[in-house]
Amino acid sequence: MFRTLSVFVEDRPGVLARVASLLARRGFNIRSLAVGPSHEEGMSKMTIVVEAPELEQVKKQLHKLVNVVKITELEPERSLEREIMLVRVSAPPGRRSEVLEIADIFKATPVDVGHSSMCLQVAGDPGKINDFLELLRPFGVVDLAKSGRIALARELKGKESRLRAVN
Amino acid sequence: MNTISGAQALIRALEAENVEVAFGVPGGAILPAYDPLLDSSVRHVLARHEQGAGHMAEGYAWATGKVGVCIATSGPGATNLVTPLADALMDSVPIVAITGQVPTHAVGNDAFQEAYTTGITMPATKHNYFVTDPNDIPDIVHEAFHIAATGRPGPVLIDLPKDIMNAQMTWHAAATDLDLPGYRPTVDGHPRRVKEAVELMTNARRPVLYVGGGVIKAGGSEALLELANRTGIPVTTTLMGRGCFPDSHPLAMGMPGMHGTYTAITAIQKSDLLVAIGVRFDDRVTGDPTKFAPSAQVVHVDVDPAEIGKVRTPDVPIVGDAKRVLEQLNEAWGNRPQPDRNEWISQIRTWQRDHPLSYDQQPDGPIKQQYVVEEIHRITGGDAIVVAGVGQHQMWASQFWKFDDPRRWINSGGLGTMGFAVPAAIGAAVGKPDELVYAIDGDGCFQMTSQELITAAEEGIPVKIAVMNNSVYGMVTQWQKLFYNERYSASQLGSKIDYVMLAEAMGCAGIRARTPDEVAPAIEKSLAIDDRPAVVEFVVDPDEMVFPMIPSGGSNDEVIVGPGQTVVAP
Repeated sequence: MFRTLSVFVEDRPGVLARVASLLARRGFNIRSLAVGPSHEEGMSKMTIVVEAPELEQVKKQLHKLVNVVKITELEPERSLEREIMLVRVSAPPGRRSEVLEIADIFKATPVDVGHSSMCLQVAGDPGKINDFLELLRPFGVVDLAKSGRIALARELKGKESRLRAVN
Repeated sequence: MNTISGAQALIRALEAENVEVAFGVPGGAILPAYDPLLDSSVRHVLARHEQGAGHMAEGYAWATGKVGVCIATSGPGATNLVTPLADALMDSVPIVAITGQVPTHAVGNDAFQEAYTTGITMPATKHNYFVTDPNDIPDIVHEAFHIAATGRPGPVLIDLPKDIMNAQMTWHAAATDLDLPGYRPTVDGHPRRVKEAVELMTNARRPVLYVGGGVIKAGGSEALLELANRTGIPVTTTLMGRGCFPDSHPLAMGMPGMHGTYTAITAIQKSDLLVAIGVRFDDRVTGDPTKFAPSAQVVHVDVDPAEIGKVRTPDVPIVGDAKRVLEQLNEAWGNRPQPDRNEWISQIRTWQRDHPLSYDQQPDGPIKQQYVVEEIHRITGGDAIVVAGVGQHQMWASQFWKFDDPRRWINSGGLGTMGFAVPAAIGAAVGKPDELVYAIDGDGCFQMTSQELITAAEEGIPVKIAVMNNSVYGMVTQWQKLFYNERYSASQLGSKIDYVMLAEAMGCAGIRARTPDEVAPAIEKSLAIDDRPAVVEFVVDPDEMVFPMIPSGGSNDEVIVGPGQTVVAP
């Protein structure tokens, strides 16, 4: 089962290595990992998708790292998850319009067009990106690069947020 | 402006942390730090191998409760420190290691004596630092000592490139406010949980206090004694926790686990409540964890949240400093009367009577290791810091020595580092110069680090080292005997070594006892020597095995008791 962790860390040399090494040592397979600056100066946000049946122990182990400040598990239904993908598909002149038609549906943008292939950029939730990729496969996917998944928790609304506020 | 070198700043920062002593070995990249050390109040003990320096720092920390310091150069100096760092991480020993590194411009270029020290030691330390600016030195040193000593203690390493140590900086004391947003150990237990624990302790019929190293680290022995006296709950102390509760107390049951007492093991198995404090449900204690204390509810107190629920999901988890939580438990217990525990205690007395720790010392037979431990205890009146290596002798020392005070038992528990005893005893003796330090070592262990004898001799550190010479790796031999059809592969050490000559060659007194009647005189002779370290070789029985024993991974219901005892199902 894939789980998404949002890890708020101090932006110090080696912090990525510490986190990655700890996950590896505890036997967790990292599906994707994205690191970038956060809303706070000197702090980074890591979004890590791991394959794990349960995360309690890995969260506690991560917390033992001195540079790790906060760890949140993001549940898919309560968070926004986004990826960006660059994909190069085989698109000789005769098939370009077909590719562009699919791209249009997924709001993908052609970013490079050559004689025999075309590179498309698409951003969105991971499911949408996968669907898009599947539709492109029959044309021949020549190359692709995906960003790691990034995610943020949604603001709680309605009854749940009132309950949270009480707690 | 008063500028000094990074190396001078380092030594000044160590002085600011009230460091009395550092154990180390110099070398090219760390040379800048050794120069100002000559003028410093920090004493330097020159070890003969960096592993020895690291274990000395550990022994010092174990004995004193203060942070131990060790120093090594880059490359092999640093890699030789990896074992003591990993040892200190496993056993939560607060040490700060300082390593030299090749100059910044050479880092990553496979320079002479370069190793990626921070990378290599990342999983072997609680935290580590690679210094890139000499101005950071005061803060980093201060942080390192804070991290090593607080929360769950552990090793911290500071890697200092040579050019950073040679560069000038403006001295400033470390910031008083540490900037560590991700490091805030919990001290107080949650009051509601504490109350729940007290309720369980009041109502349990067969409760056991299962306590360990965390109590010693937190300085919680007095509070533990008070809790046991208030609640009347019997106590088992783990290998790491020996001495945190007095063995002479009527509620003491000794050690649990693979080589624990029958009573402690069985009491845990039959218990309906385990109050686990400063312990981590180590596999050497639990055996098969699914069969460990099967009918017990569990209260688990630990300063490290990751230990809670790691092996056993507790009914009442309490994150907090062991001493503080023990005090809270005492407060919450208040003036409740002690529940009637007669039935439980009398059951425990029966187990103690039927299955005491035992051995058979024949007057004309070979010396039994247990006899040596008991004789050292008798002759010293138990007034010694005992340091052990790893193996059979360690188990016998833990079983047969009566520990009544914390910080008087030092050994390598989690990592099981053979060769720990000699250097750790030296470190303990440096930290506690007025106390008798008696190492109880095995011959296999002794041969791993005996070069540190010369350190003790040159520094005038009068440690005593008992070498249990059975000419085998005893624990390996025991397992081969029990589980490998008596096929003794690579476990026999031969008999050519002469420990008396070795000791004397290293500036120590060498004493030998071959027969049981020579044991007491040899110990007395060792105690009379005060001008140099003393090594006492006891030629002991190679066939003696450690009992009780629970085979690795087995259930704690299946205790193999010693010869001459049978187990009757209670």
